[in-house]
Amino acid sequence: MKKRKSNLPFKGTPEQEKALMEVIAKHKGEKGALMPVMQEAQEIYGYLPIEVQQMIAHGLEVPVEKVYGVATFYSQFALTPKGEYKISVCLGTACYVKGAQAIIDRISEKLGIGPDECTADGKFSLEACRCIGACGLAPVMTVNDEVYGRLVESDVDDILAKYM
Amino acid sequence: MYRSQVLICGGTGCTSSHSLKIIEAMEAEIKAAGLENDVNVVKTGCFGLCALGPIMIVYPEGCFYSMVTVDDVKEIVQEHLLKGRIVKRLLFKETFTESNDVKSLNETDFYKHQKRVALRNCGVINPEVIDEYIAMDGYQALGKVLTEMKPEDVIQTILDSGLRGRGGGGFPTGLKWKLAAGNAADQKYVCCNADEGDPGAFMDRSVLEGDPHVVLEAMAIAGYAIGATQGYIYVRAEYPIAVERLQIAIDQAHEYGLLGKNIFDTGFDFDIELRLGAGAFVCGEETALMTSIEGNRGEPRPRPPYPAVKGLFNKPTILNNVETSANIPQIILNGADWFASMGTEKSKGTKVFALGGKIEHTGLVEVPMGTTLRTVIEDIGGGIPNGKKFKAAQTGGPSGGCIPAEHFDIPIDYDNLISIGSMMGSGGLIVMDEDTCMVDIAKFFLEFTVDESCGKCTPCRVGTKRLLEILDKITKGNGTLEDIDKMEELCYYIKENALCGLGQTAPNPVLSTLKFFRDEYVAHVVDKKCPAGVCKSLTQYVIDDEKCKKCSLCTRVCPVGAIQGTVKNPHHIDQSKCIKCGACADACKFKAIVKK
Repeated sequence: MKKRKSNLPFKGTPEQEKALMEVIAKHKGEKGALMPVMQEAQEIYGYLPIEVQQMIAHGLEVPVEKVYGVATFYSQFALTPKGEYKISVCLGTACYVKGAQAIIDRISEKLGIGPDECTADGKFSLEACRCIGACGLAPVMTVNDEVYGRLVESDVDDILAKYM
Repeated sequence: MYRSQVLICGGTGCTSSHSLKIIEAMEAEIKAAGLENDVNVVKTGCFGLCALGPIMIVYPEGCFYSMVTVDDVKEIVQEHLLKGRIVKRLLFKETFTESNDVKSLNETDFYKHQKRVALRNCGVINPEVIDEYIAMDGYQALGKVLTEMKPEDVIQTILDSGLRGRGGGGFPTGLKWKLAAGNAADQKYVCCNADEGDPGAFMDRSVLEGDPHVVLEAMAIAGYAIGATQGYIYVRAEYPIAVERLQIAIDQAHEYGLLGKNIFDTGFDFDIELRLGAGAFVCGEETALMTSIEGNRGEPRPRPPYPAVKGLFNKPTILNNVETSANIPQIILNGADWFASMGTEKSKGTKVFALGGKIEHTGLVEVPMGTTLRTVIEDIGGGIPNGKKFKAAQTGGPSGGCIPAEHFDIPIDYDNLISIGSMMGSGGLIVMDEDTCMVDIAKFFLEFTVDESCGKCTPCRVGTKRLLEILDKITKGNGTLEDIDKMEELCYYIKENALCGLGQTAPNPVLSTLKFFRDEYVAHVVDKKCPAGVCKSLTQYVIDDEKCKKCSLCTRVCPVGAIQGTVKNPHHIDQSKCIKCGACADACKFKAIVKK
């Protein structure tokens, strides 16, 4: 899967860096430590910009291209920052059959961003996700941890309005 | 001693509909009513009938309340728990007889055809309390193998049971164990594949969320059988509840001495670590999964060498799927013959299916192997909603194929499904009705595979992309009959030449829709029509003049101004402007706008 890279400048804080160093120290020497470290790093920063990848590579003493290779391979590693409200629309089979594409199109149109993009004010980001397993509620979207199910296209405006 | 037990589902489906808030409200109301010493609230795993969630069952009456909301809680406490009057309006309609009796859940159509082995504790116990698992004979099988059985006896029992891998391939589990046991090494590993990636499949998640200890117990048994001391569970990060409960289960098992050093004082050591996937479908393939645990890009490796010889960290490794594991302690306790008595000649035991798509009772069902598709869809699943006609069922996700109406009575087992060009897969079963376009479905799965192809081998990386391009061309109305033949040829090429299971099975959705629904492909390329009315480029919205009351509502809702007409004058859709959004058809109160 092709990944978009962030064009926004990196704004890491010293506290975040300290937390990352602790994570690296905890896992260093473990077998297969790279992915757990990257997962925890993403929890700290919200995404994995190249600056963070370099810190991980340095800390674990692995080439930065290996970190980059892993970051680009897995869809859960984000190279772009996420919005304050993270919108995910499930495009699993059950949701797709029940019209999820129309839901995502409507959100795109309302917010002026495509999948894997973040609005300029940092408020909303949009992504299409794989099955979240709530097939009984298809089609489903989530805004942060809030789940909206049994959607029809016209529900989108009301849902977005709650977060505007 | 409690006089009443309130079981509330804490699985993903029901928590998505706020069942955790219902639990909170329930506890608060019970306290307010002074019943906290009389009524026990239990957060369980999935009951299976997700379409009716959030679900609550009140024992001893066995009342099955469905689609409960926080607002209903007070009434349930005041009426049912305090005064003993069942809240009938919330009962699942099938559990309620005309003579006002509450019927047992096991007598309803949804449950009575089922046989729950892998799911036996889901929706019954609190998955976050190890004692509840132990009370259901949990860890007895581990005790039995460690104290009474030799490793080779364990392997023989699993072999005799006829258990085959539930993750998709259907390889005999006992044979896998035997091969790994036969390879001497200083270190061996047991891995559990909990990277349930097929869209529409959620049976493994339900086991992990509803009965996590069963997986740990099975892994420890496997470890003893093959001589491994370390296990890894590779679970997808998309299942946060499963991850949390697995971690709780591992910690509790440690505390009870059921994992770690010198288990049951027998000198046997076994430990389990969790590893989180990061969203790559290919990591459900065994070699890719192991590469991923090692901390690399999850690309598959060529086989041989098989993992039983050289697996994780180059050591002999076995990998079992979650549902497979959930059967193992039961086989040890009840014997191989008990397990082999269920199912068909070559497919023993039961299989869990995740029913989804156009079906009344979306949810999880577990049936003996060999149950017909008709029983699963009509009797258990409640049939197709809105009186629509069944067209096909899709099994095996992006690696599988579809089963058309003509095979409705086929007994479902591994070999029958392969013989009609589909596969068991992990057990996702998506039902499609007459409104589903089979070309569009094939395209949907190919989009998935193209997206998830790891890129290592050319047949998969390039081949699936070419397939998708041809499908796209067909759905846009630009395809030719020659394209269909070309596509079919390419499918066989990819099947024969791709490196791993994902690539080799990627063309299956195309091949199986071509096999059973070739006429739909032909309609797309020759008549330039999409019979189901799904492919946008091939459908038109038209106004039925006889039904049209000429109210002009549609002209106002059309986002692109494609509808001409004023009040009391005929309306007309300009096809060159129409974007086929369907807003007019949704808005029309007289159903005068139809898709053709």
